[in-house]
Amino acid sequence: MPAPIRLRELIRTIRTARTQAEEREMIQKECAAIRSSFREEDNTYRCRNVAKLLYMHMLGYPAHFGQLECLKLIASQKFTDKRIGYLGAMLLLDERQDVHLLMTNCIKNDLNHSTQYVQGLALCTLGCMGSSEMCRDLAGEVEKLLKTSNSYLRKKAALCAVHVIRKVPELMEMFLPATKNLLNEKNHGVLHTSVVLLTEMCERSPDMLAHFRKVRQLSSSQLVPQLVRILKNLIMSGYSPEHDVSGISDPFLQVRILRLLRILGRNDDDSSEAMNDILAQVATNTETSKNVGNAILYETVLTIMDIKSESGLRVLAINILGRFLLNNDKNIRYVALTSLLKTVQTDHNAVQRHRSTIVDCLKDLDVSIKRRAMELSFALVNGNNVRGMMKELLYFLDSCEPEFKADCASGIFLAAEKYAPSKRWHIDTIMRVLTTAGSYVRDDAVPNLIQLITNSVEMHAYTVQRLYKAILGDYSQQPLVQVASWCIGEYGDLLVSGQCEEEEPIQVTEDEVLDILESILISNMSASVTRGYALTAIMKLSTRFTCTVNRIKKVVSIYGSSIDVELQQRAVEYNALFKKYDHMRPALLERMPVMEKVTTNGPAEIVQTNGETETAVLETKPPPSGLQPANQANDLLDLLGGSDITPVIPTAPTNKPAAAGGELLDLLGDLNLTGSPVPAPAPQIAQPPFLLDGLTTQPLFNDIAAGIPSITAYNKNGLKIDFTFERSNTNPSVTVITIQASNSTDLDMTDFVFQAAVPKTFQLQLLSPSSSVIPAFNSGTITQVIKVLNPQKQQLRMRIKLTYNHKGSAMQDLAEVNNFPPQSWQ
Amino acid sequence: IHFILLFSRQGKLRLQKWYTTLPDKEKKKIIREIVQIILSRNQRTSSFVDWKDLKLVYKRYASLYFCCAIEDQDNELLTLEVVHRYVELLDRYFGNVCELDIIFNFEKAYFILDEFIIGGEVQETSKKTAVKAIEDSDMLQETVEEYMNKPAF
Repeated sequence: MPAPIRLRELIRTIRTARTQAEEREMIQKECAAIRSSFREEDNTYRCRNVAKLLYMHMLGYPAHFGQLECLKLIASQKFTDKRIGYLGAMLLLDERQDVHLLMTNCIKNDLNHSTQYVQGLALCTLGCMGSSEMCRDLAGEVEKLLKTSNSYLRKKAALCAVHVIRKVPELMEMFLPATKNLLNEKNHGVLHTSVVLLTEMCERSPDMLAHFRKVRQLSSSQLVPQLVRILKNLIMSGYSPEHDVSGISDPFLQVRILRLLRILGRNDDDSSEAMNDILAQVATNTETSKNVGNAILYETVLTIMDIKSESGLRVLAINILGRFLLNNDKNIRYVALTSLLKTVQTDHNAVQRHRSTIVDCLKDLDVSIKRRAMELSFALVNGNNVRGMMKELLYFLDSCEPEFKADCASGIFLAAEKYAPSKRWHIDTIMRVLTTAGSYVRDDAVPNLIQLITNSVEMHAYTVQRLYKAILGDYSQQPLVQVASWCIGEYGDLLVSGQCEEEEPIQVTEDEVLDILESILISNMSASVTRGYALTAIMKLSTRFTCTVNRIKKVVSIYGSSIDVELQQRAVEYNALFKKYDHMRPALLERMPVMEKVTTNGPAEIVQTNGETETAVLETKPPPSGLQPANQANDLLDLLGGSDITPVIPTAPTNKPAAAGGELLDLLGDLNLTGSPVPAPAPQIAQPPFLLDGLTTQPLFNDIAAGIPSITAYNKNGLKIDFTFERSNTNPSVTVITIQASNSTDLDMTDFVFQAAVPKTFQLQLLSPSSSVIPAFNSGTITQVIKVLNPQKQQLRMRIKLTYNHKGSAMQDLAEVNNFPPQSWQ
Repeated sequence: IHFILLFSRQGKLRLQKWYTTLPDKEKKKIIREIVQIILSRNQRTSSFVDWKDLKLVYKRYASLYFCCAIEDQDNELLTLEVVHRYVELLDRYFGNVCELDIIFNFEKAYFILDEFIIGGEVQETSKKTAVKAIEDSDMLQETVEEYMNKPAF
């Protein structure tokens, strides 16, 4: 048989193929030749054939029949064979293959080979793709080579050890003795790989970390000073052509050392102190004209921000990031934004200084930069800059890619909620968002907005007018239409009476309003939920409008036979309201009361909540109890709540609004002169309520229905802690307590830690607090969530311990909380 | 580094080095996806792309794209330097390297990469040392005559 064609020849031939089919034909022909050659156990040309096979593999063709051949090549004595064999192994023989383990013996032998390049090949292969079993078998050999004086092998052994540790973390201990004098090397390759090895060990095991922080290295000082010294030499030493990159000496090693220092200094004061100087030196002396220098600065900044550095150093770091932001190079700006995002929580004021640059980045063309700039902008919004920032962010919302719009809209709502300078501005902003990005607004934003609007009592007329105008032209954006329908339903009377103070009142007749609501009902663009809103709104207008009640009756009865089950049910129930319970209609359809709401977070929380659903942040706390059963308006809420919890009519005392469904029944029972509870309405209540439907899915209203009063658990020395409660619907033994800590003194309280203990029959889970600083003058609060499991329904008691720093001294206090309301644990 | 890919402007793969284990089909899918992402980015964007839980760092040299996938805590700017260093090594070895060199001598491109990076980490920071190691290894490769006469096993 003629000699198989040479590799380069094959490559050339394949490249002349003009179509995919032609290429495939050539490849198949060659594969067949290679296969028969393999079958003949041809030693001479095996290497060439495998090389060709690897080329074809790269083009995407199957090459598994070459696996065993690679093994044979590795076992060969010829260096050329071994080289190709190991390459083939790395490409074809990963640990998922059955024959992977057969390599172990060959590698073991080659690790002890007389030629260092063969040893190198073996180490490289093991270090790139060795399986856990292989690593276990060969760890000993690697460890031996780690101690050799041959730097070529030592550096490879170090990285091989890294791979072994990644695959089999238990073997880490084994390499510990060998690390003792790794850093005494002069060879940069060994130094670099040793630092990588040490980093890997410290990252994986806190014990190792503690060990390396303390222990003295053999014949040299501790690790941190040693690293500092090496780094210093690198910076101060003169030009070294071998390791120089654009005037900087061995940047790879510098960055790795900085990274290891970061891990060593994290949460450790002593280590951090030892490295303050060198970090300052690197930060100020590194050349920033080329990417290399910036890479080092970037790593330095990350390290400074992560360890316990002094504040001057931190300011220096943020300023470097600020300079990065002004750099023309996009990569640098990207990196700066990413780092600022990480630091904005802790060094808020410093980052604020760069706000305008960050806002400019919103206009960048690069998607990743825009995203980061957006997240950072939300983190920086505060009471002072909210107007300006909102303008920019709204503009951004207008022009950004669709994938951003939902997050941006949510972020704007959050920020507006917290920092709105006036109600009107707030409403205007919401309107703007709804009209620009209406279809991207998250579903849960709708109930939140509705609640917001309800609470801005003086703005009702203005709001409904603006919303009406907005949907007049275009009612395709569902969230906008939903909010608008609801508002029109509630405040339609204000709309037609032309009472608006804030702007020119428009002249709208009742019929025009009904026109629009009807067209929403009919339109194909309206979602089922939206139609529900519209129908309910029309119904509510029956008590607010005077001339068009008949029209409303007609509309409602038409939908009594709608195909949409939800609409049908509503229509039927509304019809019933017209026919049989007309005397109750005004009461039931009365205006919604103002809902009490307590904000849960301080100013710096937006980043964390970005992307989260708004309900998580805007949790409604239950209003203090005092709802009188005679207050019919509240029955609306109860109706809502009742259907949320269970349809069962509870037998709780009548002054507790928790028995929501029962309340209505009582109401109906009272008014119904027969005196016996009317069965017909009861199942209706059990269904999702026909009023305020879109809001039922929100946990907001669960709270209201539950109506557990909140308590002040602690109030001393200006520190006040309030507890507010929620009961879980799914698990009645769980009580969720949200604590709010506020500070009425004139100085902030820092490092605030809240701890709680409960009697043995309870279980406690403490979630992480919103922050550890309580600002002075009650300007902000810390919130923290506690979950208490109380399976035996015993009376809730709690002992709390508070520690914080105030006016320069550490304060600590213990207290017992006994005034838990019965509804929180019964 | 999780993996390194080299591909042409038409999307043809020239080199693939994986430092994590994945099934073949998965690798092909990833390559297709990443090639598409990177080829669709225009000149004025940054060299970094967020992809799944990794960061892609890429740079174009003439007609070849060099792409590395790094972890969240790795330094992106330094990875650009790593890519650049690899190109310099290739250049030093081949002398004014071009894409054709890498196509026809792909196994050498792998050897050079293996002298520079093991297990996803840089092993040698000196250009001179790395290239010397390759050249010495090349010397070890037998001449045709030696090869024929040497016993196999």
